[in-house]
Amino acid sequence: MKRVLVFCEQRSGNLKSSAYEAISAAYQTVNDSSQVEVAACVLGYKIETLSESLRSKGAKTVFTYDLDVLKNYNPLAYTEALSKIIDEYKPDVVLTIASPMGRDLFARVAARKKAGLLTDLISIHTEGDLLKGGTKPMYAGKVLAEVSYTKNCSLRMATLRPNSFKVLDKKQQGDTVSMKPSLSDTKSISFNSLSENEGTKVDLTEALRIVSGGRSLGSRENFKILEDCARVLGATVGASRAAVDSGYADHSMQVGQTGKTVNPTLYLACGISGAIQHMAGMKTSKIIVAINTDEDAPIFTIADYGIVGDLFQVVPLLTKKLQATL
Amino acid sequence: MKIIVLLKQTPDTEAQIKITSDGKNLDTTGLKYIINPYDEYAIEEALQIKDKNPSSEVILLSYADDSVKERMLKGLAMGADRAIQIKNEELKEIDSLTLSNILAAAIQKENPDIVFCGKQGIDDDNMHVPVMVAELLAWPHVNVVNKIEYKEKELVVSREVEGGQVESFTVSLPCVLGAHKSLNTPRYAALTGIMKAKKKPFEQKTLSDLGLNALTLQSSLQTTVDSYKLPPKKLEGKIFKGEELHTMVDKLVEHLRTEAKVL
Repeated sequence: MKRVLVFCEQRSGNLKSSAYEAISAAYQTVNDSSQVEVAACVLGYKIETLSESLRSKGAKTVFTYDLDVLKNYNPLAYTEALSKIIDEYKPDVVLTIASPMGRDLFARVAARKKAGLLTDLISIHTEGDLLKGGTKPMYAGKVLAEVSYTKNCSLRMATLRPNSFKVLDKKQQGDTVSMKPSLSDTKSISFNSLSENEGTKVDLTEALRIVSGGRSLGSRENFKILEDCARVLGATVGASRAAVDSGYADHSMQVGQTGKTVNPTLYLACGISGAIQHMAGMKTSKIIVAINTDEDAPIFTIADYGIVGDLFQVVPLLTKKLQATL
Repeated sequence: MKIIVLLKQTPDTEAQIKITSDGKNLDTTGLKYIINPYDEYAIEEALQIKDKNPSSEVILLSYADDSVKERMLKGLAMGADRAIQIKNEELKEIDSLTLSNILAAAIQKENPDIVFCGKQGIDDDNMHVPVMVAELLAWPHVNVVNKIEYKEKELVVSREVEGGQVESFTVSLPCVLGAHKSLNTPRYAALTGIMKAKKKPFEQKTLSDLGLNALTLQSSLQTTVDSYKLPPKKLEGKIFKGEELHTMVDKLVEHLRTEAKVL
């Protein structure tokens, strides 16, 4: 029986729904899902109520570490807490979603536990009923690498790219283990605050739908055309580097090699020509739609669907049509 | 203040990445190399500290082959004081943890007050080194840093997370900070800087100089890259053109609904 521990992220007492993807992925680390025991863990403050949601999506045992110092992310306190849970549960594999917190925490824990860490996997491979490795994009997605753990590796850790694993129906019954030990590693770094810029909006890296604009938008005000479309689609708005550099959009909206790497089900590129660096950041999108007046724009070479036309006319028409259809 | 900046060289962002015919390695012939873009922000941050405290020392550190000297010279031309290359010939293969062990050993020998590096290498996109090096040194770290406020004995550091949000931390020294794009604007090396760079100390070290054993390091590898492949080529898309806009939009929505099933 293999043991997989899934670290589930919460912010402000709310569980990130992407955590369920990691729990489902845990069942795929073995060939026969009856041969794996999946536990979940969550760190935070006043988080007792989160156990049931985790069990409803497939976690058998749920470890909670409920301390004031864990209310917000603290690299040292979180590393110490997760390490203690690993020592307690002794898993073969530890998984989480490759969110900013997940990636940061797992790198530190892997170094502490001398574990093997594979980061940002878009698929996983099993061999002999144990997680062997997976596929990971490199060079901003220009190349896919098949990566794996060596024979020496006793503790296997991995972070999974959001939207790469389907959430399965795997209700479980089990216990909740409340971790009690106080943490000592809390002095050299302390959390001050989280600035709520666009707090409730879905981050680009986790968005299922994205409406993105290029320099052709011409102004910050014109991005409203994309926001209207995004609202109807329940999408997040992104931008190309050219649009950001021109001041039409914030850097946090930038999709591309020096911006964010996204993996949505639907990516709508409006007035984006498709520079190599932009495409590197969104190539793995399941369906890409391009709208551009230039039929030779490189973006059309990776688009599944496209319209050669002026975005200022096409996008509002699209928004209206979607409003009527959805 | 003694500052170490970790540096790596990577292919230019415009580069087309090729794979060898057996799929086991990347074909690096003809590739142009640059300083990993995020490391430039790290160098600049160190130099800005030096601007304010001229007695500070900025040391560039890289685990690489001899070709990294070109990149080191650029960093020295920007204003760094000296450079150290740890020769990478002895290990056939390396992973993040092994690399971090090597860098940590070199850092310990120098005993700096702060270590800067880029938040990730644009080759592996791992974001491991800033974090793992800090853990091995038992120092605090903050990665993806877009702002630093320097106080008497501590730093107030901003870290960019999802949703455009920013986490603020107070960190004591020594610490490791991973630079993000908006931290500063890297300076250009002036001509005088380029001339001076060639005269600045450039040291080469081996693993045994750092008290490390190549065999032990090689056998403690935890992860490996088995092969590479190019992403699957997409089937040609359906691009609508030349028709009435209304018609094209209707067709698009229909396809997205019934064929692609994304609506």
